[in-house]
Amino acid sequence: MRDASDSTQGTSSRSGPGFNRRDFLKGSGAAVAASAVATAVEETVAQDKDKLPANVVPAKPVPVKLEINGKAHTVTVEPRVTLLDVLRNDLNLTGAKDVCTTTNCGACTVIIDGKPVLACARMAVECQGKKITTVEGLGDGKDVDDVVKCFVKHDATQCGYCTPGFVVATRAFLNSKPNATLEEIRKGLGGNLCRCGTYDGVAHAALECASKKGGK
Amino acid sequence: MAERKFSWPARSEATLIGKDIQRIDGVAKASGQAKYTADINTEGTLFARLLTSPHAAAKIKSIDVEQAKKMPGVRAIHLFKNEGDEIRWEGELLVAIAADRVELADDALKVVKVEYEELPFYVNEADIVRAAHADRTKGLGKNEKGDVDAALKTAAVVHRGYYGVSTISHMCLEPHGSHCQWDGDDLDVHLSTQNVSGTPGQFAEPLEIDASNVTVTSDYEGGGFGSKFAADEWGIACAKLSREAGKPVRLMLDRAAELKIAGTRPSGYADVTIAADSEGKIVAWDSVHWGTAGFGGGGVDVNQLPYPFDFENRRAAQIGISCNTGPNRAWRAPPHPQLCALTQTAMDDLAAKMKMGSYEFFEKNLAFALQDKGPVYAEQMKIAAKAIDWKAKWHPHGQGGKGPVKRGLGLALHRWGGGAGPCTCTVKVHQDGSVETFLGSQDIGTGTRTIIAITLAETFGLPLTGVKVNLGSSKYPQSGASGGSITVGGVSGANRRAAQTALWEIFDKVAEKYKLESADGLVAKGGDILKGKEKICTWKQACSLLGPMGLETKGESSQKTKDGLTSDQVGGVQMVDLSVDTETGLVRIHKFVCVQDCGLILDELTARSQVLGALIMGIAYSLS
Ligand code: FES
Ligand code: FES
Repeated sequence: MRDASDSTQGTSSRSGPGFNRRDFLKGSGAAVAASAVATAVEETVAQDKDKLPANVVPAKPVPVKLEINGKAHTVTVEPRVTLLDVLRNDLNLTGAKDVCTTTNCGACTVIIDGKPVLACARMAVECQGKKITTVEGLGDGKDVDDVVKCFVKHDATQCGYCTPGFVVATRAFLNSKPNATLEEIRKGLGGNLCRCGTYDGVAHAALECASKKGGK
Repeated sequence: MAERKFSWPARSEATLIGKDIQRIDGVAKASGQAKYTADINTEGTLFARLLTSPHAAAKIKSIDVEQAKKMPGVRAIHLFKNEGDEIRWEGELLVAIAADRVELADDALKVVKVEYEELPFYVNEADIVRAAHADRTKGLGKNEKGDVDAALKTAAVVHRGYYGVSTISHMCLEPHGSHCQWDGDDLDVHLSTQNVSGTPGQFAEPLEIDASNVTVTSDYEGGGFGSKFAADEWGIACAKLSREAGKPVRLMLDRAAELKIAGTRPSGYADVTIAADSEGKIVAWDSVHWGTAGFGGGGVDVNQLPYPFDFENRRAAQIGISCNTGPNRAWRAPPHPQLCALTQTAMDDLAAKMKMGSYEFFEKNLAFALQDKGPVYAEQMKIAAKAIDWKAKWHPHGQGGKGPVKRGLGLALHRWGGGAGPCTCTVKVHQDGSVETFLGSQDIGTGTRTIIAITLAETFGLPLTGVKVNLGSSKYPQSGASGGSITVGGVSGANRRAAQTALWEIFDKVAEKYKLESADGLVAKGGDILKGKEKICTWKQACSLLGPMGLETKGESSQKTKDGLTSDQVGGVQMVDLSVDTETGLVRIHKFVCVQDCGLILDELTARSQVLGALIMGIAYSLS
């Protein structure tokens, strides 16, 4: 229940100027978006505002080379474009979902160099030279990943919109903790949200995989 | 020949029905192959983004998109509001821009100039006094039975309390939206919807085309919960942008807009007086309740309070509050969760005041349960109490521990209509023995596809892989919207009828071909046609008798179909054992028990998921 307060009545706007990630990244300059070189940028920019060093990306479309699910892709996008948008809109790899786009829900989880990463919080340019695995790239090409099988067996899906994010998060988690307990699984997958309420199925699916030493 | 009647197989004879059957689209969903509306990327698709009102109430003095039109990548602009229009809630749509890329559409939105004249707004849904002061209240009727005042005077115990539950947002993970593509006058819409059959007309009218020109498709839908029945103004806008740009357009609400404008469950707050005799039998209920359904000012239906009881003396009055907030939409079992919370928390407090246990108090009042469900609830309560160990764990309210962490038990009862929704389907049995069904229904995550496959496979004695389910297109035979609760009843009944009709025809042909006296006693099982234990022929041989056209049958369902395939009016009991840290507010649930009256369960695995999902959502309700 809410407390009555003056903010619920009046003439001023309830929401001030928005602060969102896209604005932030854009406002803070494309150079910062290419975060690996952020420190160097400050120094160089301070010296010469017009000339950017070779390792700084200009705020216009540039070719971005990505290795996704073992395949090389090149897209031409501005440095402010997220990995999630590139996956979904440029490469039609729509398994990663854009639910919150502000790092709150886990639906966009992918694996980068073995670690679970929220694709909505990564610029595509900064993922160059890394190994990206999306839900489409799980499994061995012939058969689906054991995590997928266990999700289906335990009905860890209803509408299914959160499910690929959970599957990838589970795969990454079990890779690092193949014998995880139920309690560890609940904590380890705590970054993913499901509106339909499939958490119990997810936990049991992950537990079954863990009982097979993480599955394959 | 024996009379042929539609019926379900006995549970002991069923090979699929009632078992744990995995979803037939489970792998597609879990492996990311399933394509939702938000995933549709046909060649050349543009991306539309939205400018929404930052003000809860305002008048638009001017709106200027000239500069936006010139921005790179911009292909079409749609104005939802014009100069002079009023804004009634934050998040109201102003402008949609379709551009080659998402970020270009965002850039263009930033140069749209809007001047507002801000107006007074009101958004407090809980404070009825302030709402009245702000002139935002409206009487929405009364509902009365017996003599409440007299009963209150003679009652042994009277309790008065204030209860309430706030508005919650549907928060579908796949936001509302569509992907629209034109081919001449024909419009293809991928719509995130619970209403495939009911939406083509909603697109056609404002676009001034025939409904027959519109195809609505929804193969997968990422959550609706009652909020996705309409084409919506943003759906129409998407189609218009696409028409203007000459390219396909995808327009999904962003997360903030989804929260603000795409559906809420109305709030309900009540001032309740409830009274009982010295035995604990409730003798009077007297309530005034209020809440908001957004600007329109509806709320929780006065005719359904108290719930699910009908006391001899009861009076309920409703006041709606108009808030400058987005409009409500149907929310799972409207408005039962609110009715349940308002009635049963008050009952529990009255029991505590009388120093009676909650269980005994509820049990005593089951005689007032609607639709004579008392005996069912009584049985369910017994089962639930055993599962949660109520007797051992119960202690009166207020005695939940000395430290800051308090532990206690709670219980609640509920009911719902359910039954069979409207559905028409066409079942085709091909000459080669393959089977498929067509229906303009949709699987919103409740396992609709799977239970249809189970129904057909069971009827024809085939494996699940032997049947194909075609749904999610408005071009298929009309089927009702899926609020959810009447979909399984509707689609399974219709498919069973169509399948049994087909099977009887096949049996007749088998009887004729194999010179049986009659088709009586024939069954389809394990891919064969049997008479008793004797195999007459294989399913494929039987189907080869159908000729090159195969066989096509129709099945129907509606609330009126009363042939015993579906039932309605379910009820259930839930009990919980939890702790609350009264210093930090942390709630820990130790055990949550649900005993639910379900009718025939087609798939136990997905039925269990529905119950678990409902419990988890119930936790979310009570924490919000
Ligand atoms: S979309 Fe990335 S965390 Fe929600
Ligand atoms: S299955 Fe619907 S949001 Fe998780």
